[in-house]
Amino acid sequence: MRGEAGHPIRVRFSKLGKVRFVSHRDVARAVERAVRIEALPVAFTQGFSPRPKVSFGLALAVGYESRAEYLDLELRDAVDPERLPAALSAALPPGLDVTGATALAARAAALQEAVSHVGYEVHVADLAPAALTDATHAALAAETLPVPTTRKGRDVVVDLRPGLEHLDVVGEGPAAFLAVELSTRTRSARPAELLAALRSLAGVDAGDGEDRVLRTHQWIERDGARLEPLEADRAPLASAEAGPRALEACA
Amino acid sequence: MTTVWPRIEPLLARVEKPARYIGMESGSVTPEHRNGQVSWLLLYPDTYEIGLPNQGLQILYEILNERPDACAERAYAPWVDLEAELRARGLPLFSLETHRPASAFDILAFNLSAELIYTNVLNCIDLAGLPVRVEDRPDDAPLVLAGGHCAYNPEPLADFIDAFVIGDGEEAVGEITAVVAAAREHRHSRAQLLRDLATIPGVYVPSLYEVHYDGPAVAGIEPRYPDVATRVEKRTVADLADWPYPKHQLIPLVEVVHDRLNVEVFRGCTRGCRFCQAGMITRPVRERPAEQVRTMVREGLRRSGYDEVALTSLSSADFSGIDDVVTDLVGDQEGTGCVSLSLPSLRVDAFTVGLASQIQRVRRTGLTFAPEAGTWRLRSVINKLITEDDLYASVDAAYSQGWRRVKLYFMVGLPTEMDDDTLGIAELARTVVAIGRRHTKGATATVSVGGFVPKPHTPFQWFGQNDIPELGRKVGLLRDALRRSGAQVRWHDPAATFAEGIASRGDRRIGRVIERVWRSGGTFQEWSERFALDRWLDAMAAEGLDPHWYVTRHRHRDEVLPWAHISAGLHEDFLWDDWQSALAEHGLPDCRWTPCYDCGVCTDHALEHVVGSAVPPAGGSQGTGQDLSEGGAVPVRFLEVARAR
Repeated sequence: MRGEAGHPIRVRFSKLGKVRFVSHRDVARAVERAVRIEALPVAFTQGFSPRPKVSFGLALAVGYESRAEYLDLELRDAVDPERLPAALSAALPPGLDVTGATALAARAAALQEAVSHVGYEVHVADLAPAALTDATHAALAAETLPVPTTRKGRDVVVDLRPGLEHLDVVGEGPAAFLAVELSTRTRSARPAELLAALRSLAGVDAGDGEDRVLRTHQWIERDGARLEPLEADRAPLASAEAGPRALEACA
Repeated sequence: MTTVWPRIEPLLARVEKPARYIGMESGSVTPEHRNGQVSWLLLYPDTYEIGLPNQGLQILYEILNERPDACAERAYAPWVDLEAELRARGLPLFSLETHRPASAFDILAFNLSAELIYTNVLNCIDLAGLPVRVEDRPDDAPLVLAGGHCAYNPEPLADFIDAFVIGDGEEAVGEITAVVAAAREHRHSRAQLLRDLATIPGVYVPSLYEVHYDGPAVAGIEPRYPDVATRVEKRTVADLADWPYPKHQLIPLVEVVHDRLNVEVFRGCTRGCRFCQAGMITRPVRERPAEQVRTMVREGLRRSGYDEVALTSLSSADFSGIDDVVTDLVGDQEGTGCVSLSLPSLRVDAFTVGLASQIQRVRRTGLTFAPEAGTWRLRSVINKLITEDDLYASVDAAYSQGWRRVKLYFMVGLPTEMDDDTLGIAELARTVVAIGRRHTKGATATVSVGGFVPKPHTPFQWFGQNDIPELGRKVGLLRDALRRSGAQVRWHDPAATFAEGIASRGDRRIGRVIERVWRSGGTFQEWSERFALDRWLDAMAAEGLDPHWYVTRHRHRDEVLPWAHISAGLHEDFLWDDWQSALAEHGLPDCRWTPCYDCGVCTDHALEHVVGSAVPPAGGSQGTGQDLSEGGAVPVRFLEVARAR
């Protein structure tokens, strides 16, 4: 929900290195602190326990890295978006870096609803590229790709196939990785579940090694075109000017 | 091997909350471990979430890293899932900053804040790859040190710790660094190094003392060498203004307990609550100048991005500068955003509620009061001199100003307690709920009940703790009396209270018990899901020790207490007389603002209270109604005067 008078900003950030072990919720707390450290004029929610208006996109699993995380900030006063990457990166922990920001059109759909596709690069541990390639072909050829997993604490079987948009082994030897694109529109598939399905197709169990997952893209599909979230709802230039001040959150 | 990170990293994907093991907090440093530096690994033997906020550890971390001759990193007890992964691969306990193996440090220094974590201390030493017992350690093994409040009875850990620091550590860590560096330069043996360390005031080296027994009783504790002190006196930092630490509080990436800016406003407490070990061992009161507090709050908020600050001490509403600091914070919301403030306080009066309403304009969910006992008689015994009128007036003020839930803390198993006292808790709680309902229909009260464990260096150190059935019976009495009352009762497991009693007043023989509990898998004993009393009882039986002799027996005056060779500066006569006053139901007002009782701390150690005012803030007095405005005979220094010098 966005107030009429607010200044919404969309921010892209990366999460690389050790900080990948920090949970989605703790990243959100770090962002809130960074906003206060930089004294950004952020709007607050009304009510008993006011919180800064920061809304995040799709959660990234603990342990995954990303070059394409997004969040929306609601500011009370206009701030030059160009200033944000350096300022916020300095106030965030090492490995969390803001790589882009743009003023957002009023009433742009929230990230959680708007993002339709997500891309990953996955370095699969303990699975030879040839076996991985075979499993990949088998997965794409299959009508359904059922995997046992848990949702909301319940054991369920989900079919990954409808959400699997693209799957390809890129490169050779130890550097080979899996390029994956998943749709978020069907019951969304998770990379860990896809890897479980591929291992099952290859007839191997997960070993001691760690699969390294890097989220590379998020896209908003609109009229058949895929748009990067910073591009999709960029504000027309005029609205970046200062508007009437929102109510002081602390009043 | 300088870092084990490449081997740790793949394990983190399989454990709970892996960010506990990556460090990277704002305020942390990455030492270079230059040649000649003495390297310290500061350990808190509980989870990261519990250990990270510990102010003592953070203060020493900064002080050591500011020294050219030292560097310090940190570690916390790995949770059982990571421990299993480490042990399965032969990997050691590691530091958070550079992920070095613990055994690569010169010193492992433990903070001891609670007795039930003792088995975790052994587990950490073992995970570091060191023999757990002092006598089995080779010359080149790191020194194992410990400090913190539990070090005031070091005996249960005497078999495992090379040296303890008793009291404030700010100065001692530097002196230890210098002694260790000199011993290395002169190639002293480990045995000689321990003798060197024992020359530092406040440092206790248990292996230099012999304990004699007379049957189950301790007959004497004597140094093995003539040049070793017969009694180790605590260290006390005379002026907190000289130690404005932490300057860069650690800001964790994982949510931890007390996750906010914490600024210590004074150390020590002379309220004189007789059950309270912290109040007895940290005397005298040393206030931080209000201006320094303001600076630490302002700069801390600016660099941390926190929206909450706690002014910490044992009773922060007693801080002379409290009004100024609160006014400053409340008036400065422009620069700091919406900041809320928390204020641990022993006071139960309108002043405290007024402060709370001034500083907590949002989030008025719960307010906590700690009357500790259910009747005025028993509160006189424990010297927690809160009248019912004060409590009810405070509660009335709280509900009328928008709070909807009041939390009340009590103990059961206090000396001289009778069922009327226990039932008095229920009566207080019912009245509190009734007062609340006058203001809001949804008013609730929570009653938290803990079993009392007598602590060393307190007037209650001679008291026989209630046994498990008796504590259970009292909790049951209270639950029955509070059915359908609108008050919710929460209680601490009496079995865990009993185990705490074993470790709390244990002697050196309890070391074998702790070792057995640890070897049987008993780590994280303060976590209810990991605690099992049978481990403790089996270990006591295997060592031929009677738990009741340690826990529920009343001590007599001429008996040698296991901590008799450790001094918190308190005269034993003072403690005994205060124990007799307790039994006579006679309360003593706070000596900060009244004549001195000669407890021994100031008079024998050239110390004095350092306070900013001759009277308590807003004239508060624990509700005794006594005139506390006459100072005089108390050794006291007033801050403004001192600052003007």
